[in-house]
Amino acid sequence: MAVRELNAVDVQAHRRRGHFTRAMYRLLRKKIAVACIIALLIVYSGGVFAAWVAPHDYQFQDYNVINKGPIFVTDSGLKAFWTESHFAGTDRFGRDMFTRVLWGIQNTVILTIVAMLTGGLFIGVTLGLLSGYAGGKVDAVIMRTGEIFGSFPDILLAIILAATLRPRIVQWVRWVEDHTFLDDLVKSGVADYVVISLALVSFGWIGMARLVRGQILVLKETQYVESARAIGASTPRILFRHLLPNAISPVVVSVSMGMGSMVGVEIILSWLGIGIQPPRPSLGLMLFEGGVNLSILRNWPWLLLAPGIASWLMVLSWNLLGDALNDVLNPRTR
Amino acid sequence: MAGYIARRLLFLPIILFFVSLMTFTIFRIVPGDPVVVMLGPKYRPEVAERLREELGLKRPFLVQYGDYMWGFVRGDFGESFIKRGVPVRDLILPKMWLSARLAAAAMAISIVIGLPLGFFIAHKQGSWIDPAIVSATLVIMAIPIMVTLPVLLLTFCTKLHWVPCSGWTGGFDSRILIPAVGLGVIGVAALARLMRASTLDVLGQDFIRTAHAKGLSPVQVDRRHVFKNAMIPIVTILAFSLAGLIGGSFIVERIMGIPGIGGFFLDSIFQRDFPVTMAITLIGAIFFVVANLLADLTYAYFDPRIRYS
Repeated sequence: MAVRELNAVDVQAHRRRGHFTRAMYRLLRKKIAVACIIALLIVYSGGVFAAWVAPHDYQFQDYNVINKGPIFVTDSGLKAFWTESHFAGTDRFGRDMFTRVLWGIQNTVILTIVAMLTGGLFIGVTLGLLSGYAGGKVDAVIMRTGEIFGSFPDILLAIILAATLRPRIVQWVRWVEDHTFLDDLVKSGVADYVVISLALVSFGWIGMARLVRGQILVLKETQYVESARAIGASTPRILFRHLLPNAISPVVVSVSMGMGSMVGVEIILSWLGIGIQPPRPSLGLMLFEGGVNLSILRNWPWLLLAPGIASWLMVLSWNLLGDALNDVLNPRTR
Repeated sequence: MAGYIARRLLFLPIILFFVSLMTFTIFRIVPGDPVVVMLGPKYRPEVAERLREELGLKRPFLVQYGDYMWGFVRGDFGESFIKRGVPVRDLILPKMWLSARLAAAAMAISIVIGLPLGFFIAHKQGSWIDPAIVSATLVIMAIPIMVTLPVLLLTFCTKLHWVPCSGWTGGFDSRILIPAVGLGVIGVAALARLMRASTLDVLGQDFIRTAHAKGLSPVQVDRRHVFKNAMIPIVTILAFSLAGLIGGSFIVERIMGIPGIGGFFLDSIFQRDFPVTMAITLIGAIFFVVANLLADLTYAYFDPRIRYS
């Protein structure tokens, strides 16, 4: 690594910032990490703002372009280039693949972020904190429960839940529809979101809880925690002010890696037909339609490649970013 | 060591008890009546009632559970709801054996390519080869298997005619190549990365320097000291990669038309064929738990520090 000369001001600035901030600066100096962050920003904002960005309607069928490869309209201005081209071709119903991929990304993005926030971060970190700090019976109950959930191979558990819970959840959503001012919930696919998030959360919390618990077990024996306790700091203060910030580095790495695998599981679920239901586009279903029959792949490869590239980009960027984060946050393992 | 094994073994039935109770509960509380699935949309209520009686679905929940588990531990997994009169065991064991052979082939590919690759690039740390291969493995690992497999098929069967395109005749046949490679490729990347990390860890230890200092040739140091020690953590990972293979095999079996356990499992869920789903889930969980246990025991055997913590 290049030796950089630091002047006195620089050194002071470095000292004032925490370990985490310094690590983030190191991260931004890595080309691969920056490329990943940019790729994720583009893909994710394309997905989140699909309603505004997408050039077509995802259900609109144009019978003039059925199973056509990428079409670029270049001769009638910039607006027409965006709204009349089919950047990724069209499917057998004449629907624009680029638009459908964007909407598919939206589903994947919402699901994985919701599952990660609730399962990985909220449930996982809280239980890990509790388990590590309280110890004793609380620890035993939480960790044994984790062990039971963890003794299913995670994809098996996700499949069982996604395949069986749907009717019950749809019932609940209907009930909510009937008893509140909310309408059209069933049609909007909320039930699908709930089912898949539950399936993803079911295994998503275990690894995180174990990780945080391990960190806390080490940290709670340190002198600064002991002194915090000695001057009468409350338990929540010790937990959130002293323990959590010091345990955050591995959590960040594991979130980044975990996002990659959650994207993978979500795609497998909708590929198997138990994820997002049509007509809503999902990457998994598009991959299924484009790849299950070899003659489709031979004649119209974009049907498989367009959703394939989108999911590949997401998984790859999260994994590479996780690697880079691991490098800057845990220098010992370098 | 004996105490450690005893502790772990004692815990095994307790985990399996909860796993089975959880699975059983999931399938009993979900809506969707197996009797309705069996009889179709138009059925006479009396018939349905009699069928429920016959299948023992009207007994209290815990009695059903106890009865099922008592059969399960004696190796009797009940009879299928859908294929009446056929023991679940005869239905699933051949399919499991088939999927297991596929998984074994895939794992063999991952190990044979992944471990030496990881070992090699660990020795190249600091040169461009190391980051290049690490990035390449990540790039390959991220390709969804539903893309890899059709592309492999198109290239090697339709275009080049090297292997037959689909179907299944048994383990030792060229037909196993594409599904095994498709499944194995993911593992290659994962194993290579882990092996690299583990080898780097060992290379930094003092006893490696000692080995060099006492005059062993680099090849001998690698063979006697580095490789053996780097393998220890890998053993635990192999059990976990089994889980990854299960996820992939659902997809591989469906694309390739292989009559394995994955597709059968999904069908059984949709048809509410509880005994089949239960048996597959439980056997899967037992395999997984035992594999993890074996991995931990191997680890504890090689690294005594684990036993006492």
